Amino acid sequence: MDIIVVGLSHKTAPVEVREKLAVPDSRLGEALCRLCAYQGVKEGVLLSTCNRVEVYAVVDQVEAGYARVQEFLADIHLSLSSEQLTPHLYWYTGDRAIGHLFRVAASLDSMVVGESQILGQLKDAFEVALAHKASGVILNKLVKKAISVAKRVRTETRIAEMAVSVSYAAVELAKKIFSNLGDKTVLLVGAGEMAKLAAQHLIRNGVRRVMITTRDSHSALELAKRFNGVPVPFDEFQRELSEADIVLCSTGAAHYLIRSEDVQRAVRQRMNRPIFLIDISVPRNIDPAVKDIDNAFLFDIDDLEMRVEQNREERRREAGKAERLIEQEVDVILHWLKSLEVTPTILALRRRAEEIKRAELERSMGRLGHLSPEERSVVEGLASAIVNKLLHGSLVTLKTEAESAGASLFVEAARRFFNLDDAPAADRVTEPGRPVRPVPVAGYADPEQESSEQVQEKDS
Amino acid sequence: MPVMFLMATMGLYLAGTVFFLAYLLRRSEALSKVALGVTAIGFLSHTAALVTRMTEVGHVPFTSFDEAMSFFSWALVLVFLGVELRHRIHVLGSFILPLALLSLLSAAALPKEVPTLEPVLRTVWVHVTLSMLGTVGFAVAFVAGIMYLIQDGLLKSKRFNVLYAKLPPLDFLDRLNQQSILMGFPLLTLGIITGAISAEFARGSYLNWNPEQTWALVTWVFYFAVLMGRITVGWRAKRAAYLTIIGFAGVILTFIGVVVKGHGPVA
Repeated sequence: MDIIVVGLSHKTAPVEVREKLAVPDSRLGEALCRLCAYQGVKEGVLLSTCNRVEVYAVVDQVEAGYARVQEFLADIHLSLSSEQLTPHLYWYTGDRAIGHLFRVAASLDSMVVGESQILGQLKDAFEVALAHKASGVILNKLVKKAISVAKRVRTETRIAEMAVSVSYAAVELAKKIFSNLGDKTVLLVGAGEMAKLAAQHLIRNGVRRVMITTRDSHSALELAKRFNGVPVPFDEFQRELSEADIVLCSTGAAHYLIRSEDVQRAVRQRMNRPIFLIDISVPRNIDPAVKDIDNAFLFDIDDLEMRVEQNREERRREAGKAERLIEQEVDVILHWLKSLEVTPTILALRRRAEEIKRAELERSMGRLGHLSPEERSVVEGLASAIVNKLLHGSLVTLKTEAESAGASLFVEAARRFFNLDDAPAADRVTEPGRPVRPVPVAGYADPEQESSEQVQEKDS
Repeated sequence: MPVMFLMATMGLYLAGTVFFLAYLLRRSEALSKVALGVTAIGFLSHTAALVTRMTEVGHVPFTSFDEAMSFFSWALVLVFLGVELRHRIHVLGSFILPLALLSLLSAAALPKEVPTLEPVLRTVWVHVTLSMLGTVGFAVAFVAGIMYLIQDGLLKSKRFNVLYAKLPPLDFLDRLNQQSILMGFPLLTLGIITGAISAEFARGSYLNWNPEQTWALVTWVFYFAVLMGRITVGWRAKRAAYLTIIGFAGVILTFIGVVVKGHGPVA
């Protein structure tokens, strides 16, 4: 009985391959049933997002399991042969498979390290597997553990804290100037993509009032509708500057649209309330001299990109912490898996019975006082007989089920019925020499691939 | 007893200061919990010191300047713990605790004497309490002003370092600055009025233009101007930060004025 994972991700396969393999939600259940119908596949979970397609399975034999799952993946799309897939696939088993699942859940393997959508996607995949009874004792435990590990990583490291896109960096900066975005007003100048994204992020973070101005009044109206904002005429928006707490500027104009004196006037009218200006346009649309005005904070595209780079660096540092945390958790799971094996459970059961028998005998002997050697052996015999007869059925069942699909179920049940996990852990066989590190996957998300926070796993 | 408690408090505030300063420069959040814990225990010990001292002398222990300073330090930590509890701005401790430690140390450095209160001065503690609480407000405004200028400078120069990450948003600091003055100003006003009444009882005139009284009045006028300036001509943000830092310098001069007068009772 082994745990394996076979799959491909944005790190190993181009989008042309990934999109062919992606299984739509509506067909997930059917695919899972097909997977579990393969001989030797006991349990399965299928994780399909636009950045990865992975099959987690519990199989009888690793090599045969790899082959079955690869066959299954090739069957998803007609135009793909198993051979064509091979160069894009990765295969892991045992601790490396578990480590991989944990890293995926904790978003260490994501394109944007630390993004949170993958966890929801894993939960969904697990729900489907549960609903179709494709996952069993082992994968249930494993996926639940993966979810809790991901949450631990999230709370104990700062991996998800920092903005790693230019548009989101604007929000982060805004939050260092304004503590409550709810009562702030955003002025959107121009319809540049990045500025629109930033506006969206700001709205999601509480901003309620949006003013929009574009050279083409038609698109201003359109954007106003989209953001539930107010259009402002383009030729006089400078006069409205004092109304805005946050100015997002992104137009194609080749000259400064907002001059130093415009901002100076706005700050004066605002009675020195800080104003936050973001210029995402190239060439710049806000006079750089604005940065010398008190209580006006101007950031251009380079500033935001620098911030993003710093945050990426920070996330990478935090990812190291997360990796160590995952190593520990893989250990825990391996320990549990070991305990599921039949032999240690039988031994533990016997030892437990023996302990109870001996303790009870000692107590009774003490109370009975003077017994002749024959009487003693009769009493001892009686105790042994009761214990052995009681255990016999359970032991036989465990042995006969050892090879069956439900072995782990029986083991788990036996351990719970006889309270074996509270007993001294001497029976838990550990292999000290066995490496339990999670899979070291080279490199992180390619920074170039990600232009905004929007590039996340669920987008396609 | 009170001396023992005070020594313990000093040790704990020192430890709190060290932890809070380390917190300021390190990424670890755990450090803030240690710093807060130490500070909270220090505060309890400080309270115990004040209470035992009170039972010892039989009245509110504001007979000498060093006791007033100790009370000032106590109230400062109290305000910090209050703000911390509400807003979870740990970094405030990195700025307030050194100040609390400093005032406690200066209290200890001053000669200890227990002057017997003249009957007419029995009510002087009201004046001292009010003035001290007012000063605590200005001290918090001062700290908020410093933090504001640091964060403003970091944002302007685009240095997104650890300090930038830890300092709260600018408008929070500006609001803290304003509210601290709003709290401190009426207390100082009442402090001055009760001080004048005490002076009338003690010396027969409300005002005799000694350095302490002069500076107290100058301070009052200054903070009044700061408050009015915010409402009328927008003295907020960076300007307010500068002004409150200057204002607190005035307050410290007042303190020095009291010490220079060279005697214990404050009036």
